[in-house]
Amino acid sequence: MTALSDMIEAGRRIQAHRPWPRVAVDDETWRLAADRVAEGTWTLLGLWGERSAVHMALFDERATVVAVLSLECPQGRFPSVGRVHPPAIRLERAIRDLWGLDGEGAVDARPWLDHGRWGLRHPLGTGGAAPPTPTPYSFLPTEGEGLHRIPVGPVHAGIIEPGHFRFTANGETVVRLEERLGYVHKGIEQLMTGAPLAEAARLAGHVSGDSTVAYALAFARAVEAALDIEALPRAVWLRALMAELERLANHFGDIGAICNDASFTLMHAHCGILRERVLRAADAAFGHRLMMDRIVPGGLAVDLRAEGIAAILALVAEVRRLFPRLTELYDNTASLQDRTAGTGIVKPELVRQFGCGGYVGRAAGRAFDARRTPGYPPYPSLRFEVPVLAAGDVDARVWIRIREVEQSLLVIEQLLGQLPSGPVRVPVDAAGAGEGLALVEGFRGDVFVWVRVAADGTVARCHLRDPSWFQWPLLEAAIEGNIVADFPLCNKSFNCSYSGHDL
Amino acid sequence: MRRLLFQSLIRRPVTEPAPAAEDAAVAELARQVDRAARRRLGRSLSIREVDAGSCNGCELEIHALNNSFYDVERFGIRFVASPRHADVLLVTGPVTKNMQEALRRTYDATPGPKWVVAVGDCAADGGMFARSYACVGGVAAVVPVDLHIRGCPPRPMDLLRGLLALLESAAAGQPRA
Repeated sequence: MTALSDMIEAGRRIQAHRPWPRVAVDDETWRLAADRVAEGTWTLLGLWGERSAVHMALFDERATVVAVLSLECPQGRFPSVGRVHPPAIRLERAIRDLWGLDGEGAVDARPWLDHGRWGLRHPLGTGGAAPPTPTPYSFLPTEGEGLHRIPVGPVHAGIIEPGHFRFTANGETVVRLEERLGYVHKGIEQLMTGAPLAEAARLAGHVSGDSTVAYALAFARAVEAALDIEALPRAVWLRALMAELERLANHFGDIGAICNDASFTLMHAHCGILRERVLRAADAAFGHRLMMDRIVPGGLAVDLRAEGIAAILALVAEVRRLFPRLTELYDNTASLQDRTAGTGIVKPELVRQFGCGGYVGRAAGRAFDARRTPGYPPYPSLRFEVPVLAAGDVDARVWIRIREVEQSLLVIEQLLGQLPSGPVRVPVDAAGAGEGLALVEGFRGDVFVWVRVAADGTVARCHLRDPSWFQWPLLEAAIEGNIVADFPLCNKSFNCSYSGHDL
Repeated sequence: MRRLLFQSLIRRPVTEPAPAAEDAAVAELARQVDRAARRRLGRSLSIREVDAGSCNGCELEIHALNNSFYDVERFGIRFVASPRHADVLLVTGPVTKNMQEALRRTYDATPGPKWVVAVGDCAADGGMFARSYACVGGVAAVVPVDLHIRGCPPRPMDLLRGLLALLESAAAGQPRA
């Protein structure tokens, strides 16, 4: 049984799960699937729990097959996937913290999101009181002559999200970085449970503010799949327009900020201007600078404003005029290249193993973009390229962003050129129950959303997986052997989400 | 690079000039912030930003204050890396329980006189996360707040306006020691 389609045939098919199948499997099949993932045959898209079951989403990239395997675990135990496949370790730690389900043979027994401060244990599972004093977190031991530790965070020096980094260094060289996250855990998956669709959509749009369009889109698509309805053409087109504007804004912000962390503030200033212009165009077109709460299940909450098209066309013209000069500046500044080239290298093997998406994956040879594969409308009818590089360093992650800016401009022009007319919203009330899955390419990588909609139109269960889950661990690998002073540069080139990860 | 630098010299700055309504508001705010800030704090107001569980949306707009359009540093307002250098804590998010202690410690590390500005709807009362097991629900539940700036997220202009309001009230009353 090597094909994912065989495994789907072998399991018990769950009804009304769309667009890809979900099958109930036994312990043995679950283990077999974990082994296949560990061998690299399939990619792990997600691993999440509910009261007495665990789910694993898999992607067979060669055959373009996506499937969810589900394992009932009434005893609160399931065979650990992390035991054979390290990318699952943190996901399993989160499952234990939230649901109280234990992975048998799990390699890391430490909590992850639970810092012992919620006043209860397993908030989404059977619950229970937490011990009155939180136990101290034990970082991994580092031993050796001349090593020293540098604790950083959770409150950082910049205007950024909170997380803790524990560096072990030998002189200036980083020997090990260990991340500790979970500081911005807001309990979003519990808030979603039982919430009406409109409220849940709003929560989804506030999982990670920089990716609000991507999350709202992924949630809307998952709900629409669950209820077997389709958004209208104009809504589909405008959603893509928002997604590309979000990509542009974030890429400009990132390119500038990376250069800023290499002390090249000129790029930062100019990229900041372009970012602001994108936000103003988005505001003119959709009435919100970050386009929050515009995408809802069934379509859009607002249509494109009349002045929006002109604002976006003016933006595209402005970017086309200014951005090539900035690209040239980046390319021709030796002191800047000296900092970015060869710094923070991620190996292609790791990227493949972790199924790492976004610019981190594409800068190290993984040609995955959810817009292309498995793909979703309107992208199959648009022309665009997915840039891929091999070097895996900070420089490559900058170049992927530069190329993606160029591609997004092309996509935006096509979207505006073929914009369908008509209404932008279909009703979703009383449409029935079901389960849906969606994979959407945000600026950072693939956002995964799985939802079960109850017959009364509320969310029975929703899981949202940020691309950062498979990128954060690689940052630990990327910084190894680099100097401490290059960490901000490496970190910014990843720009992982804290809020999206901590949820 | 030389060409880019040269063009920057001869081109007018993008920093909000006068005519349009919004631009006029920036200019008006600029004058007022400048006057109040000078009266109260000489020429400097140092801000430490603390994300206490935000979705990162507020941070993006706080960042925008530093871009060439809003250029908050021209008023003598600047963002600093440590609470020990700060006059103002700009706090975002519904305050997650996992960030509660860090926020309290950051406040304690800030020397008086000091002010706390809660930025965004979440920071005001927990917003859409208020009923979560993982959130305290509003900055005021953890540290005393001098000003709330509403919005999801507040626009850079609202942030500027809020900082002005803070300076006005600070001039009238006693800051926290």
